[in-house]
Amino acid sequence: MDMTQAIILTIMTAATPLLLAAIGELVVERSGVLNLGVEGMMIMGAVAAFAVAQITGSAGLGAISGLIAGLLFSLLFGFLTLTLVANQVATGLALTILGLGLSGMIGEAFIGLPGLKLAAIEIPALSQIPFIGPILFKQDPIFYVSILAVIGVNWFLFKSRAGLRLRAIGDNHSSAHALGVKVVRTRYLAVMFGGACAGLAGAHLSLVYTPQWVENMTAGRGWIALALVVFASWRPTRVLAGAYLFGAVSIGQLHAQALGLGIPSQFLSALPYLATIAVLIIISLNRRMTLINTPASLGKSFVPER
Amino acid sequence: MRIELKKREGLSALFSILSPFIALGLTLIAGVILFLVLGKDPVKALYSFFIEPLTEVWSLHELAIKAAPLILIAVGLSVCYRSNNWNIGAEGQFIIGAMAGSIVPVVFHGWQSPLVLPLMLVFGMIGGAAYAAIPAFLKARLNTNEILTSLMLVYVAQLLLDWTVRGPWRNPEGFNFPETRNFHDYAVLPRIIETGKTHWGFAFALIAAVVLWFIMRRTLKGFEISVLGESARAGRFAGFSDKKMVYFAFIVSGALAGLAGISEVSGAIGQLRPTISPGYGFTAIIVAFLGRLNPLGIVAAGLILALTYLGGEAAQISIGITDKVTRLFQGLLLFFVLGCDTLIHYRIRFITGAAQKGSAA
Repeated sequence: MDMTQAIILTIMTAATPLLLAAIGELVVERSGVLNLGVEGMMIMGAVAAFAVAQITGSAGLGAISGLIAGLLFSLLFGFLTLTLVANQVATGLALTILGLGLSGMIGEAFIGLPGLKLAAIEIPALSQIPFIGPILFKQDPIFYVSILAVIGVNWFLFKSRAGLRLRAIGDNHSSAHALGVKVVRTRYLAVMFGGACAGLAGAHLSLVYTPQWVENMTAGRGWIALALVVFASWRPTRVLAGAYLFGAVSIGQLHAQALGLGIPSQFLSALPYLATIAVLIIISLNRRMTLINTPASLGKSFVPER
Repeated sequence: MRIELKKREGLSALFSILSPFIALGLTLIAGVILFLVLGKDPVKALYSFFIEPLTEVWSLHELAIKAAPLILIAVGLSVCYRSNNWNIGAEGQFIIGAMAGSIVPVVFHGWQSPLVLPLMLVFGMIGGAAYAAIPAFLKARLNTNEILTSLMLVYVAQLLLDWTVRGPWRNPEGFNFPETRNFHDYAVLPRIIETGKTHWGFAFALIAAVVLWFIMRRTLKGFEISVLGESARAGRFAGFSDKKMVYFAFIVSGALAGLAGISEVSGAIGQLRPTISPGYGFTAIIVAFLGRLNPLGIVAAGLILALTYLGGEAAQISIGITDKVTRLFQGLLLFFVLGCDTLIHYRIRFITGAAQKGSAA
């Protein structure tokens, strides 16, 4: 494998958790719910995946547990914001604070242990294609899930009836409710999907990206995923592009650090965060595009009138 | 079973007062369950977590020291949240305030004069306010999401502090430890009373709370904050500018977070280190909500959350559980506070399976 391939592979590895978390949140936001707890669900996924992989000796079971942990955690958010109509912004923050605390507690026993790595799956024949074969078809299973999620969500949102209903709820929950669409139930399902994606994204961090447990190892990736949704103006294919762009930035800064350019490492580490701000600014400049695509009910609570 | 909400005619005065207490009670119950799961005696654990730190004078001082930054930051955040500006980057504003204030004793350490401390406090406030002005500017001018920008700036601030204390500001006589010089006597925030460690930061917190309570309750500015928070449209009809409010809210909260930062390093730590906050900026968000976004309520809430920090340390020593349990308690508390607030706006009815069938028939 040559250098270019190796770099592309690391970029893809860095992009996968961002992509998964962002595609999940995209569905949540399309349904009109703003879940700022992505970071919390992600870190819960990471710790659950690592812990279960250690205990059972199976990285696959670990990944599934990460997914379930994120899903269960998102149900907490759903109960508060959908059933008890609590403020979505504050509840999302609470989910993140709770997740960082709980994961730190659970993870304490696992600090410093050598991790299990989720094995790559080689797709026969396709992986033999020169250059792109090893990049696209010899990857960890979560990578395949992330790509399928983009394709699936894109189809679901824009080609299926259920997706149309979901978008209608996100744009105007009152009219959707009047037309007989189950607003709360659909939103619960969307929130759970977002949680499962964030949990699996976390599992990717602790089973593929850096197979070990480090406290706060998500390091703001959940928040970057939230920014990616805005960047993508709520379009799945643009999330794909954005995630890979960010993967490139974060790998680029690592390579720059290794080269020793004389720039302090802290400045290079700050690049992904500064890039996020820059991207948000660029997107906000195009106000018309954001306005068209932003779900109009985003962040607003819905109480069915009976 | 199903839960149904019915909107109350007005806000429930009873539950406005009760709901934070119900939330505290539920957090304690969750704590009992948690300690049982961990195999610890829950009575002993809760005692060492929440009561023990209150039984000695020195730890009451510790409580005031920890509460000071929480109250200062949360009071500022309450202005933001009431006016519907979601500043969640107070942790970064705290750090930048601490760094800006430290310029005086670290860079100009040869200059020793009674003017040093006031200048530090002013620099701290300016630093915090300037850092908060970035997301405010982006929101007011470009409509950029302030939640994400203010939060990203926290990570940037942490890295900047890390670089500064390891690089240009490292103590030349410090055996290569990543820390700055110890602040000289003129740069140390004095204690309020001689016999205990509580420094003036706690007094700043109380003053800030009273002043902002007065502003919010009794002045036109306070009215403007609530009106724009309820509805930007209604506020514009009243002739209030929502753009100016963005700057006002962010700059007030940034300045207070900056003051908290410089008070913490000059009053409690005495130098800059790579980490100067155990997450005060984030915990203050919980304090703001637990205090019902009311500056006086925030004083009480700040003391309660400060207790969780002390309790975490105490429980680590006396019953041997990890201090991570602190953040868990804090998160749970915020969850219950938000959940219980529903009681203020709605009547909650639990509908069981049988009743559901009955009503259908």
